[in-house]
Amino acid sequence: MIEARNVTVRVAGATLLHEVSLAARAGEVLALVGPNGSGKSTLLRVLAGELSPSAGSVSLCGKPLGLLSRRDQARTRAFARQESDVAFSFSAADVVLLGRTPHTAGLETARDRAIAALALRATRSVHLAPRLFPSLSGGEKQRVSLSRSLCQIWEAEPDAPVRALLLDEPTASLDPAHQHAAIGEARRLARQGCAVVAVLHDLNLAAQYADRIAVLRRGALRALGPPREVLTVELLASVFSLEAVVALHPTLDVPLVVPLSASFDPRPESPLHDDPA
Amino acid sequence: MNGGVLLSQADAALRSRRLPRGTFLALLGAALALAVVLGAAVGSMWLPPARVVRALVEPLGLGGGVTAAEHAVIWSIRLPRLLLGVAVGGGLGLAGAAMQGLFRNPLVDPGLLGVSSGAALGAALVIVLGARLSLAVGPTAGPWVLPLAAFAMAFVSVMAVRALATVDGAARIGGLLLSGIAVNGLASALTGLLTSTANDAQLRTLVFWTLGSLDGATWRTAGVAVAFLAAPVLLLPRLARTLDVILLGEAEAGDLGIDVETVKRRILLLVSLTVGASVAFTGVLLFVGLAVPHLVRLAAGPDHRVVLPGAFLLGAALLVGADAAARTVVAPAELPLGLVTASLGAPFFVFLLVREKRSWS
Repeated sequence: MIEARNVTVRVAGATLLHEVSLAARAGEVLALVGPNGSGKSTLLRVLAGELSPSAGSVSLCGKPLGLLSRRDQARTRAFARQESDVAFSFSAADVVLLGRTPHTAGLETARDRAIAALALRATRSVHLAPRLFPSLSGGEKQRVSLSRSLCQIWEAEPDAPVRALLLDEPTASLDPAHQHAAIGEARRLARQGCAVVAVLHDLNLAAQYADRIAVLRRGALRALGPPREVLTVELLASVFSLEAVVALHPTLDVPLVVPLSASFDPRPESPLHDDPA
Repeated sequence: MNGGVLLSQADAALRSRRLPRGTFLALLGAALALAVVLGAAVGSMWLPPARVVRALVEPLGLGGGVTAAEHAVIWSIRLPRLLLGVAVGGGLGLAGAAMQGLFRNPLVDPGLLGVSSGAALGAALVIVLGARLSLAVGPTAGPWVLPLAAFAMAFVSVMAVRALATVDGAARIGGLLLSGIAVNGLASALTGLLTSTANDAQLRTLVFWTLGSLDGATWRTAGVAVAFLAAPVLLLPRLARTLDVILLGEAEAGDLGIDVETVKRRILLLVSLTVGASVAFTGVLLFVGLAVPHLVRLAAGPDHRVVLPGAFLLGAALLVGADAAARTVVAPAELPLGLVTASLGAPFFVFLLVREKRSWS
């Protein structure tokens, strides 16, 4: 389990997050949604231990992050970031294998290689293995980077049985089939008992794959619950400035969001809580 | 199909383009051995390589049959110089590889980031002000004070460059190069100020720094250089996998369990030790730290587990070779070694820039 308690983040006078509490439980996919600058990525960086909250705390498997070494954290929690680039000409296979470094003492074993291969297969990227990473397209890079994160937490550590996977827009540069493959893989990890937190922009992907959806707006948690409770016409209008129809998915038991038009409030927004990014 | 089979196919595809790690390092080791024998053979008195090898293995009870003069030339004059060359060349190659990895930029050279000019300032301080401040630059302390001062100033310079270039906790490469120029300029100005107050004897010693040379190496100076380089040579290769992870990005390295700030400080400290000792004993040798890791990466790929030891071996071999050339090209006079490395390294740097430019377009 990975949990944020009353997390507030202030940077240079701007409040990016305001008393946000949420927990991703073992076996669950928790989707983080919200308009641009609502604090989704900031929250993910706090959960990843990259950003220390100004107030509040984060815990991994019940232990505050401050009590865990970075290496111990890395053995149970992986973070697939939005963009990842490598300046030197590593192959995609090399990059994925680097995901095993928290578990190795410098030299990878045959087992690490096998895990790297499985992680590449999970994102349908085995054929990319011998390619040089800098020569890959944006979507291919994203898949290989996701493989690296999967590789990092492929198996649970005996002393920390619950793994956490953080995904920052894991589908941003992917075609529809690879989008579903990537989120499906996160879903599969959750079934094994992993806690998954994914920032998603596609509300229908969130509705289809997430157990719960957390909605952020201007740094505060506005709603948290199962997709059918959260994704309502009223919430889409008030949080996303989106006029939409919410229907029932014709074949799946989930809501289906059909956007109609933007409905921005004509009054200018106060910049106070806006994420500078 | 089994995943392991798939990846081993990928490995095979990679290996066909690159030499296996062990073979590559063994080849470089052989090149270094060859360079050392050649370096011991050439000079004002030519010694056939076979006699050099016999003189070298004499203390082991092997070989023998060399004259006392040949023995003295090799053991008292050429070997200390070769040892210093191996230590400095290897150290500069290693330091360059570590810096390029740490800053995730293959065009970084310790000289571009103020390390070398800072070290030169440290050395100039000791040469010019040492006597005036009645520092104990006696025959015992002498060989230590100079590299210590060079190391201290190298470390101060590189930390200043990093502090100037750091925005939001990340040192950007453009900022690093610009602040490197600033710190280089300041260090050179201060070195110039010291030069203008130096007397004739001090001036001659200072000129030696600006040109760079292995001339005047003794067992004592070579020993001190080796002592300074022991820590970097032993510790930097242990950080190989960490440097590989840092190539993914600093935030990503944090995600993979690396405490990036600690690693940065450690690497900059070890690099400063290396460059400080090198500059103290041989002056500023430009481009060795830039070109050597590049050549290794071209041949063996970017994995630091081969780049770091490879850069040490190749740097040592190249510097020993360059020194042999410096001693023979205009014999009986000697070319300053710094001129040889700069005239080989600068065109190589231009070649890299052109190649890089082509990859932008």
